[in-house]
Amino acid sequence: MAAVAGRPTGQPEPDNPLTAGLERLPVAPTSLVIFGATGDLARRKLLPAIYNLAHDGALPERFHLIGVSRKEKENEDFRAECEQSIRRFSRRTPDDSVLDSLLENVKYVPGTFDDPEVYAELGRLLDAFEREDGEPLNRAFYLSTAPSFFPIIVQALGRSELAQREQSEVRLIIEKPFGTTLAEARQLNRAVLSIFEESQIFRIDHYLGKETVQNMMAFRFANGMFEPLWNRNYIDSVQITAAEDLGIGSRADYYDNAGALRDLIQNHMLQLLCHVAMEPPVNFTAEEVRNEKVKVLQAIPEPTPAEIPEMSVRAQYTAGHAGGEDVPGYLEEEGVPEDSNTETYAALRLEVDNWRWAGVPFYLRTGKRLARKVTEIAVTLKPVPHLAFSQDGSLGVQPNQLVLTLQPNEGVSLRLGAKIPGTRMIIRPVHMEFLYGTAFLSQSPEAYERLITDAMRGDATLFTRNDEVEAQWRICDPIVSAWEATPGPLPGYESGSQGPKEAEALLRGDDHWRAI
Amino acid sequence: MPGTSDAVWSEQGTTPDAIEAALRALLIERHAENENFLPARVLNMITLIDREWTGEIANRLGGVGRYHASRLVVLSYERRRERLDARVMIAAEGNPDAGELALLRETVVVELGDQHLDDLLQIADPLVVTDLPTLLWSPHGHHELVRQLLPLAQAVLIDSVDEPIAADALDRAGELSSEAYVVDLAWLRSTPWRERVAATFDPPQMRRELSTLTAVTIRHHPESRVAAVLMLGWLASRLGWEAGTLVEHGEMLSGKAHASRQDVTLRAESAPELMVRGLEDVTVETASGRRLRLTRGPGGLHARWRDPRGTEREWTIMGASRGERGVLGEGIRQALLRDPTYLPALSAARAMLS
Repeated sequence: MAAVAGRPTGQPEPDNPLTAGLERLPVAPTSLVIFGATGDLARRKLLPAIYNLAHDGALPERFHLIGVSRKEKENEDFRAECEQSIRRFSRRTPDDSVLDSLLENVKYVPGTFDDPEVYAELGRLLDAFEREDGEPLNRAFYLSTAPSFFPIIVQALGRSELAQREQSEVRLIIEKPFGTTLAEARQLNRAVLSIFEESQIFRIDHYLGKETVQNMMAFRFANGMFEPLWNRNYIDSVQITAAEDLGIGSRADYYDNAGALRDLIQNHMLQLLCHVAMEPPVNFTAEEVRNEKVKVLQAIPEPTPAEIPEMSVRAQYTAGHAGGEDVPGYLEEEGVPEDSNTETYAALRLEVDNWRWAGVPFYLRTGKRLARKVTEIAVTLKPVPHLAFSQDGSLGVQPNQLVLTLQPNEGVSLRLGAKIPGTRMIIRPVHMEFLYGTAFLSQSPEAYERLITDAMRGDATLFTRNDEVEAQWRICDPIVSAWEATPGPLPGYESGSQGPKEAEALLRGDDHWRAI
Repeated sequence: MPGTSDAVWSEQGTTPDAIEAALRALLIERHAENENFLPARVLNMITLIDREWTGEIANRLGGVGRYHASRLVVLSYERRRERLDARVMIAAEGNPDAGELALLRETVVVELGDQHLDDLLQIADPLVVTDLPTLLWSPHGHHELVRQLLPLAQAVLIDSVDEPIAADALDRAGELSSEAYVVDLAWLRSTPWRERVAATFDPPQMRRELSTLTAVTIRHHPESRVAAVLMLGWLASRLGWEAGTLVEHGEMLSGKAHASRQDVTLRAESAPELMVRGLEDVTVETASGRRLRLTRGPGGLHARWRDPRGTEREWTIMGASRGERGVLGEGIRQALLRDPTYLPALSAARAMLS
């Protein structure tokens, strides 16, 4: 067998001493095939990300791009569309010569995703690239299509013998959503794993590609001062919020079938919870990090039908005033059925039943058309045991609260009690703030730039493993089922507000939702 | 300096204490004006310049994009100046909307003359933000003054191609390295070349070829000999070669390095056609007959590859040119990082020119 990048040959490979000290590590020569290449995600995110990698010199030195989609068009037309998308959506103004080099050899294969001729043509093109380059190239198939096509494409790749190669690596990158129920996720996993090995599969949750999410691991595991407090003895509750001020826009088709729970909680917010609650991994390899995250998900009990009304709340936004203008309610949005029961707000109270977290409630909430856009994790510590400072005129000693803000202004804020200047010992809370934006020169790359590079390098740390996806669904699936079985109408909350009053019922004791 | 919202203070015949007080007052004023204005706190940069080149340096620093130091202290030297004058400018990158933040960046320009040079450290010290790393840059030489300011700096920015004699440039970098972290723009200009040579030999079957390299030829801008020698030093230090002395033949340096299996022929040749500082092309050959030649070109490096059977292939390795301003910006960014391969490369390069 010929030796190729990343594939063992039976004898230990020597290290490459030339990569020491380099910020950008080499990526093996790769052909990238995007299914759904004319879709919204490809135009807005994937193609601009690929351009920015080319601009930075971060693509493999031998790189080929093939777009696959149903629409009939010539290579030249597809190249023109790619150029248009990159010029419109790239985070930096394209350099004409780099853009020309990138687009020069881009190919397009038209056809339906179940058409064997599409895969035959793909095979011919991929082989031709290798003949032209004189070496085997890794292959990455990016599924950026509607989820219903995922199994169809995977099966077709298997039948056409494009899923495995002796001479190089083949990787499959799958966009979210990975199923809309636990049963679907399992079925999709079975379908994909019948053709590809788990090590070949890269399930995208683009939140994991954000610098802000990766910073959470640095915050927890690179700073010794938090670890002694990071457990049920000192932490009273954890609150994770992903609030948006916008409505559903033109995404009614997608959103009305998904809802807030599937759209954000099942994937992104449970990932945030994992980052808060996971144990320190032995090292930061893909398997170790994902093992620890799966343990957290497995420690969250599956909600029973009786528990669901007490630990979950859903609601829909009604007409109101947001962003300085009057806005319609969800049921008045274009494309939304007037009797829709899809939630635009979801809140859960979860428990992580393990030694570190037993008894600490994890509150998750997300919603559209809330007071403002913010994603944050608030960790509230237990109050001090003796309140010696409860004098008249004092706001009192409030529990310390550590807030990790992911957007819009990434940072860390710690609420402390401080004495108000004067002759009396009167205490009020103050905030010690750190903002990442004030402390770094660099601009964060787009999540997709990092994820595409990692997938081509075969590093799965920032991708979701099969058991992780199923563990996420195991928590959310009973809630989805219960909600679907419960007739509406749903409780409402006014657009631009803090959310539905029903969400208060989730809170324990003196807990309260942070103001959005 | 970019910015849409500036606050300015200036005073003639001033003192470092007065300048520092003005900085604090302006920051408080700006924050009171809009609480979304926040001072960036990343890096101090002290720049020591000749006053007549103020405009040129301002242009260079104006082009570094997002890699501005958060506080820039310009010590502008004019030999006969007797009075200490200063200007403080605090610029925001924009006017923030509600809920947004705008970073404030501070620039302090101090005009000074011969009579202030003995107190240079005392003048600069109060003007840097304590606890932030400080980068020192003196683009017009003034080595003795740099030495005076070194206690304030954790990193020193140099451009070894500014020195007319390559060996002197490397010796100076070596001396500075014993006192601070050196960021050499001549080294940074070779980063894309180093990345690409590393990538070519990264596939496992190619890694074995690294021990069989027989020749390396680097063509460079006539003023950038030192960049070529640093690149040769990098290969020698990473691959464990024992570097021999390079001998000058007009516009070319050549010599041998001793690898474990064979000697490696090294050449650094001037490329008069190259209009910008840095490297023009790099050619690496192996005992099996493989040859990689990388050449500067539009849209990235142009690669020519010959395999042992003599088959040749060409392609473009995509990447936008950073330009000289981009290189300077990268130099500022690198002050916050540490490249463990620079010093060994420098050491090998010095041995080649000894």
